[in-house]
Amino acid sequence: MSVIVLVEHTAGTIKKKSLEAVQYASEIAKKLGTTATAVIAGKVEETELKNLGGYGAQKVLYVADDRLNELHARAFTRVLVAAAKQENSPIIVALHDVNGRAIAPRVAIQLKAGLISGALSYPDTDKGFIVKKSAFSGKAFAFVNVNSDVKVILLAPNSFPLVKADGEAVIENFNVSFEDKDFGIKVKSVDVITGEVPLSDAELVVSGGRGMKGPENWGLIEDLAHALGAATACSRPVADSGWRPHHEHVGQTGGTIRPNLYIAAGISGAIQHLAGVSGSKTIVVINKDPEAPFFKAANYGIVGDVMEVLPRLTEAVKKFKAEHH
Amino acid sequence: MKVLVCISQVPDTVAKIVLKDNNTVVDESGITFILNPYDEWYALVRALELKETGVAETVHVIMVGRAATEPIIRKALAVGGDEAIRIDADSTDSYAIANYIAEYAKSEAYDLILCGKESIDYANGAVGPMLAELLDTDFIGFATNIAVAGTTATVKREIDGGEETDEVNLPVVISCQKGVAEARIPNMRGIMTARTKPLKVITPATVTALTSVTHYELPPAKASVKLIAPDQMDELVNLLHSQAKVI
Ligand SMILES: Cc1cc2nc3c(=O)[nH]c(=O)nc-3n(C[C@H](O)[C@H](O)[C@H](O)COP(=O)(O)OP(=O)(O)OC[C@H]3O[C@@H](n4cnc5c(N)ncnc54)[C@H](O)[C@@H]3O)c2cc1C
Ligand SMILES: Nc1ncnc2c1ncn2[C@@H]1O[C@H](COP(=O)(O)O)[C@@H](O)[C@H]1O
Repeated sequence: MSVIVLVEHTAGTIKKKSLEAVQYASEIAKKLGTTATAVIAGKVEETELKNLGGYGAQKVLYVADDRLNELHARAFTRVLVAAAKQENSPIIVALHDVNGRAIAPRVAIQLKAGLISGALSYPDTDKGFIVKKSAFSGKAFAFVNVNSDVKVILLAPNSFPLVKADGEAVIENFNVSFEDKDFGIKVKSVDVITGEVPLSDAELVVSGGRGMKGPENWGLIEDLAHALGAATACSRPVADSGWRPHHEHVGQTGGTIRPNLYIAAGISGAIQHLAGVSGSKTIVVINKDPEAPFFKAANYGIVGDVMEVLPRLTEAVKKFKAEHH
Repeated sequence: MKVLVCISQVPDTVAKIVLKDNNTVVDESGITFILNPYDEWYALVRALELKETGVAETVHVIMVGRAATEPIIRKALAVGGDEAIRIDADSTDSYAIANYIAEYAKSEAYDLILCGKESIDYANGAVGPMLAELLDTDFIGFATNIAVAGTTATVKREIDGGEETDEVNLPVVISCQKGVAEARIPNMRGIMTARTKPLKVITPATVTALTSVTHYELPPAKASVKLIAPDQMDELVNLLHSQAKVI
């Protein structure tokens, strides 16, 4: 018996959020008196695989099949179902991201397992199997009980701090026989946004709203993001006006993010915007209107003009970085 | 081509969440329910566009829910669906919902099934891929553009850190988000004709739910904001480092 965790990588480098998932799975395994087994597919070097031991995986089931460098959800489903059967797994963990969310629900059907998505806590097993998640666009937390024998959990990234220990995982080549239909989706082109921190994984985010006045002022947002090593985001009207690409729009109709730090410049803080960012651990709001609703959701607030405050903040960050590195 | 759009009802985003019965239940008395935005604005409108351009012949909408959801189903018909199906069952668990829809969809041979990226109440996004697994078809999630020609769909979708364009054979299940279509407001004619469009109610064999919400919690009230003078950015950076510990 072991807890299974699906691991994602980008061109052979394991994603940080997957290390979080491995750590999460191994903590659950410890509580159950068992071990965690990582499942990974595609082209990944052995050293990278062994590293998973540092986050608690005792064993790695590795599917060396280059086709799985792409998201073929049906093929991944087959891999996870086979792994779960071999390991007699009571729990399967994946990430609450575009990949995990395409694969895990299919696995849940195959295994007749209850699914919890966007998990924010370890399961509480005192009175069932209860996991905390966000509900109603961040306006409440729901505690969801799973009553099937097998459980599938999609972990929300950036929910637990990552701690690396010593340890090497044992690698086992895992053979799965696929069918043609597992590769029914033909990828015609891939457009990866390069040179930036991807928003969905970012720990620090600098975001701009209509108060930035126009795309010509976005250099101020980018300079601060660059100084911090942060991703950039925006409010919906900013994306709708074409000032910024749509993938940067956060809120009820855009992305949901939970970074450690969210800096909102010239954003009023409408409820639909907060729906996408209220899970941020620390919120800084810069707005010239002291009555802006966003200040009620903020930890730190600056009442002032973004055009003046942003360059000063960027300078202060640079100075701080120079002193601390 | 026959299109099925899966719709759900959710509390309005601006609804204030009040808990009752020892925090085990959300008090629905002050809540307005709406058609899930991803289903209404993107999935349904794209289905209607496919019909208007002659690619699709019929657009059905389906909802797993009790009789109280019928006004929301009529809203989908007012926007433009041809026919509605309500599966009379509780809609608390994705596994059960997907099984109910699959059971119905199997006999109808839909070519394209569209759903929303997620319901905005619990944001699972699970019904679509589960349905695809049950129907033994492909699923493409988080689509931002959908085109259909013959028996092939060309779909642009979000991937981790970018976008990708895929080709897939019908039948297929696709979940929709912003980009797929532009929201429409139902017109008077739509609202009038919605009243007479067929709304079929099906009583299914019960599927056991595998999950349930035991209780809720409201987020802790935010401590009041600490204001920092606009010329004291060094102080802010120090607080972010030593107090908030985020840099
Ligand atoms: C169904 C629905 C869904 C929606 N979904 C989303 C969503 O997903 N995401 C989203 O963001 N919105 C969404 N919205 C829109 C949302 O309601 C707000 O209209 C939007 O968030 C406002 O964007 P904003 O704060 O950038 O602009 P505004 O509301 O115009 O606010 C601009 C702010 O900038 C400040 N400002 C102006 N100039 C300066 C300056 N020089 N220095 C400092 N501050 C300045 C102003 O005081 C103001 O507070 C949705 C709306 C609806 C109805
Ligand atoms: N009760 C339901 N009846 C029909 N379709 C649903 C229902 N619940 C969810 N869906 C569909 O599945 C999508 C994802 O919902 P969810 O898995 O609940 O986040 C929604 O956008 C709908 O398209």
